[in-house]
Amino acid sequence: MKLRGRKIYPGLVEGEALVTSMGISFFGGVDPDTGVVVEKDHELEGQSIAGKVLVFPTGKGSTVGSYTLYRLKHNGLAPAAVINAECETITAVGCIIAEIPCVDQVPIQEIKTGAKVLVYGEEGMVEVLT
Amino acid sequence: MELTREEQAMLEGESGRATRKAMEILVTLGTIYGAERMVPVSSVQIAGVSYDNLGEAGLHFLTEMADGGGKARVLTTLNPAGMDIENREALGISAAFAEKQERVLKAFERMNVITTCSCTPYLFGNTPHYGEHIAWAESSAVCYANAVLGARTNREGGPSALATALTGVTPAYGYHLDVNRIPSITIQVDGEVTRSDEFGALGKAIGEKLEGLGGKAVPYIRGVRKASVEALKSFCASLATYGGTGLFHMEGVTPEAAQMSAPTALVVISPQDIGAAYQSLFDPTKNEVDFVTLGCPHLSIKEIARIAELLEGKVVKKEFWITTARPTKQIADRMGYTKIIEASGAKFAADTCCVVAPIKGRFNVMATDSAKACYYAYAKNKFKTVLKPFDQVVEEATR
Repeated sequence: MKLRGRKIYPGLVEGEALVTSMGISFFGGVDPDTGVVVEKDHELEGQSIAGKVLVFPTGKGSTVGSYTLYRLKHNGLAPAAVINAECETITAVGCIIAEIPCVDQVPIQEIKTGAKVLVYGEEGMVEVLT
Repeated sequence: MELTREEQAMLEGESGRATRKAMEILVTLGTIYGAERMVPVSSVQIAGVSYDNLGEAGLHFLTEMADGGGKARVLTTLNPAGMDIENREALGISAAFAEKQERVLKAFERMNVITTCSCTPYLFGNTPHYGEHIAWAESSAVCYANAVLGARTNREGGPSALATALTGVTPAYGYHLDVNRIPSITIQVDGEVTRSDEFGALGKAIGEKLEGLGGKAVPYIRGVRKASVEALKSFCASLATYGGTGLFHMEGVTPEAAQMSAPTALVVISPQDIGAAYQSLFDPTKNEVDFVTLGCPHLSIKEIARIAELLEGKVVKKEFWITTARPTKQIADRMGYTKIIEASGAKFAADTCCVVAPIKGRFNVMATDSAKACYYAYAKNKFKTVLKPFDQVVEEATR
């Protein structure tokens, strides 16, 4: 299944989807030294986003969150790619400075956790393989 | 987005890799928010300066941008740092923190950014005029620049403001466009507000109402007959903190209000609403106040003169930080205010403030006149807060 969206940051990657219906605040919500979501009562609390194709509706919280994505990347714990319903400043800037492929305006409800997905950053497209 | 030849060249890396990264950020934001083109700006204010907020990642990014040849193309000033650059030991800031903080400032300096380290750049030299396009981070200053000065900026974050500094342009969307500056809701303020602490409480009351209506609304505020610069800076800080508001119009006070008509959608702010907002920041705690601070946003010289008047011949019994910008402190030095204030035992904390300094765990209960400072004292440092009128905050320190 191919899902069309919009390019935020280019790059071609394949990975396993980790999906949430909740927004993510990277600053304070994700531990940059472990890659684990630490926001209390978040659907993904306790799970690692490292190496995953991270799928969430939109970002939220402090603009310092862009630097959290950058730090995750330097620690080798960044998501392989990011897919949003609607990307906003914090996530977009974070993906650009950390060079993480990112696509938005994708119907994210079509993607399930554990699915294998191919992200075509440049084309703004996502292919769900399984 | 349609780019000029020069903008396209920056995107292709002709001005080096830092400028290229900067333009990538701006083009992407422009695409997300539907901008058709870039608009040149004349002024930038960057947030994300304290090492306490930036961490190692932020420092690394800023160093990379400086190494990549990034240079500010327009007047660019900085938000407060995590310490007083000339007086860190008196404030109990560790040498390890200072070393990191100095590296952050060095990176900015290499990029030709003016290391003012203040949240009130509009008080000394970074003062845009009516209608001027700018790109500011620091939510209180964004609100002040848009509303009080009538300049035009979106609510930038640290990296996007830096990106504009290095390119001289910002995507034309949001508050840069006339259509998005039109108010959508009238806020009728019943009851008198005069002091800075009351304006802070008013900002919280209005901010939370707007937040409850989904945010994003530009309010048209009536019923405030006059407001000093000090009152407006307190109000802007609070409204931005509690409502995420980046622009308001205030009848008879702000420049664009006269061109706008009051929207029919109406919210009344009663004296009870203001009182409730005030009470919510006053923890009736049995714990003694152990930290007193004035200067969120940074104090004006008029406010420092008042502190000197109140502290003359007195002795301060609690840790008392007076936070302001370096240029304002220098005027206080010349006027003899610093001498009087320091003789009392109170401490100047220039270049920094209680919101961004690394003070978690050091205090339990903070007294201040600032509604914004109360929010961060609790959210970031878990302090209890006591909101009081300016003069009474000074008195609290001597008790």
